Amino acid sequence: MVAPEAAAGAQRRASVSIRHEDFDLSAEVAALRAGIPAVGAVCAFVGTVRDRNEGASVATMELEHYPGMTEKSIEAMIEQAFARFDILGARVVHRVGLLQPQDQIVLVAVSSMHRGESFQACEFLMDYLKTQAPFWKKEVTPEGARWVDARVSDDAALARWGIASGNA
Amino acid sequence: MQIEIRFFASLREALGQTSLSWRTEAATVGALRDELTARGGVWAEALARGRAVRAALDQAMVGDEAALRDGAEVAFFPPVTGG
Repeated sequence: MVAPEAAAGAQRRASVSIRHEDFDLSAEVAALRAGIPAVGAVCAFVGTVRDRNEGASVATMELEHYPGMTEKSIEAMIEQAFARFDILGARVVHRVGLLQPQDQIVLVAVSSMHRGESFQACEFLMDYLKTQAPFWKKEVTPEGARWVDARVSDDAALARWGIASGNA
Repeated sequence: MQIEIRFFASLREALGQTSLSWRTEAATVGALRDELTARGGVWAEALARGRAVRAALDQAMVGDEAALRDGAEVAFFPPVTGG
């Protein structure tokens, strides 16, 4: 839970969950805006497991993370999102462990009074998460298991927000 | 000083261990990496300069220049690929 810093009159809701279990988009969005009548917009991104990557078919994917640092790093990202955008709430769920094609991997949902801030903050959080949160994907293909390579394009995506990233 | 080092993902597999209690004279994270590389074998291969290795100090991403302290938790890992 990100510590609530009540900006004048604003109700603020932020939380992070790293877990094996799947998530329910409707329930997550409902919880994000429940009891906050100032919310006029919710933008949610869901990342899922593709059945193909880098020219190979993917049978399964395993996600490893750095317990403790993962939560802290995403909470710090949410703090930055609140500082940059006029948003009311943010919710991040990221799954770890063994996943199959079509499974949901990640949810980033943001609420705000108007749509522009939610759209921007949602993309900001995803760009940040891709290059700064300590997760690693290993996929099983017909040629065997392999660790997924980081993409330079993800660093470029974060650079759009004026944040340098040398991850890939 | 005494520190705790953790390894993740492909680096964890290459080194064959998840963590290491280590007594070091290194002043920085970069110097610690060089110290581990000097152990030779899989250490030299997995942590060699030129390999994409990222580091965290007390669970925050840092560069080579980050200063170590007694009791610190340092982690080495490949570029992250979540999301």
